[in-house]
Amino acid sequence: MDRKIYMDHAATTYVKPEVLDEMLPYFTDKFGNPSSIYFYGREAKEAIEMAREKVAAAIGAEPSEIYFTSGGTESDNWAIKGAAFAGKKKGNHIITSAIEHHAVLHTCQYLEKLGFEITYLPVDQYGLINPDDVRRTITDKTLLISIMTANNEIGTIEPISEIGKIAREQGVYFHTDAVQAIGSMDIDVKSLNVDMLSLSGHKFYGPKGIGSLYIKKGVKIDQFMHGGAQERNRRASTENVPGIIGLGKAIELATATMPQRREHLTRLRDRLIKGIMDKIPFVRLNGHPTERLPGNANLSFEFIEGESMLLSLDLKGVAASSGSACTSGSLDPSHVLLAIGLPHEIAHGSLRLTLGDDNTEEDVDYVIEILPDIVERLRQMSPLFAEREGELKNV
Amino acid sequence: MYSQKVMDHFTNPRNVGEIPDADGVGEVGNPRCGDIMKIFIKVDGDVITDVKFQTFGCAAAIATSSMATELIKGKTLDEALAITNKTVADALDGLPAIKMHCSVLAEDGLRAAIEDYKRKMGLITEDEMAKPHEHIHDCADDEAANG
Repeated sequence: MDRKIYMDHAATTYVKPEVLDEMLPYFTDKFGNPSSIYFYGREAKEAIEMAREKVAAAIGAEPSEIYFTSGGTESDNWAIKGAAFAGKKKGNHIITSAIEHHAVLHTCQYLEKLGFEITYLPVDQYGLINPDDVRRTITDKTLLISIMTANNEIGTIEPISEIGKIAREQGVYFHTDAVQAIGSMDIDVKSLNVDMLSLSGHKFYGPKGIGSLYIKKGVKIDQFMHGGAQERNRRASTENVPGIIGLGKAIELATATMPQRREHLTRLRDRLIKGIMDKIPFVRLNGHPTERLPGNANLSFEFIEGESMLLSLDLKGVAASSGSACTSGSLDPSHVLLAIGLPHEIAHGSLRLTLGDDNTEEDVDYVIEILPDIVERLRQMSPLFAEREGELKNV
Repeated sequence: MYSQKVMDHFTNPRNVGEIPDADGVGEVGNPRCGDIMKIFIKVDGDVITDVKFQTFGCAAAIATSSMATELIKGKTLDEALAITNKTVADALDGLPAIKMHCSVLAEDGLRAAIEDYKRKMGLITEDEMAKPHEHIHDCADDEAANG
């Protein structure tokens, strides 16, 4: 089996050649430290400012509102801890959701230990947060609302425009983790009333280890990395110059090609979901049927476990992901799948296929072709399936 | 992350299925935790003459079930009871640390099937049946927390 199909773009993407080409000189010839005053330094400094403009343009921000970080996780940590520590005099309450990425959830849990109060809003069966719940839970102690733009596991797109409006009316900071959304949907921080936004280069064909936090002008947050005066005194550490150049190029490309990407991925996604659901019984789609990221298909297959499916797909050359406990290193299935109300055994049987620019209709059809046999083989081994068959016979 | 033997038993599991007139049936695990193993045995005298399994779980759970059935086929009940989770894991050239609980599941499954047989034969009473391991502590804690 020499066929190799990558369908885990929500985990990471490869670096596009155009992006890599722009980065390469900054490892070798243009290696200067941007803080240095001589030519090498100035050259690097100018390049990172150009990249900053590109990131700003992609989300409707000012370049002075863009701060480079080591990735989505750091951006989330900084936004939440920074706003919490800077706002301690105002209050101690943070609102987030039950389906956030662990970079947000674990940061909030850490703050809880320090005495902050966190509200974890529930979601409906599609993974949608109700903006009225946000409004109802705001108190005069609320410092921050952190709700993701789109979910990384089930692809559900959250009503952040409405949540931003509520936050602004109530004078509460609004942070959104847009790591999965960049390049897949229009983001304009001004019209969305977003005060802070996290993004990460390797989710849209840029390099790993580089991300950005947008901090609206005037928003008070504490420094996260202490040290030198980089990033206008707000984020110390010698700049990851090649990474920053790569992030700038990648976000420019991702936003310029967004309409075609959305069209391409949506078509493939719908073909994939329909193909699987038509051919395999006892399958459910996780996440919202339409309000979902264009490249995300997340399905649960009853009576079987996700890791077995992933390994079977891997043996056939397909790279995918699952919300099963056995793939996460913990023993509980995905918190997102539990939050949308899936019973544990069905959450264990989930499969996430996330499409990318280079996936083709043939790739999708290949997965639709091989998956029924994989599922059938595992079901034939499953006592849960046997029990169900037995029940049917007795009816 | 898995040994070749694990992959072999995952892709070509031995003794899958059920024995409709089994002499002993053991079922262990919990769907909440993502693994259930059901094991069926036929016993002649004190020799396990046939064994089949059904497993809902990850590749390690399927492979350990398969290996466990291979290890006990043709063995006496006492020989089968001497098999531990380590025996099963070693026979598979080891398991990743996070997957060791799957091998405990296999050991518990074997024990449960043999005890079911002994109980049916009147060789032991309910009280004498061994308690299965708390094979998945996190999941068991979770269960407790949720009532």
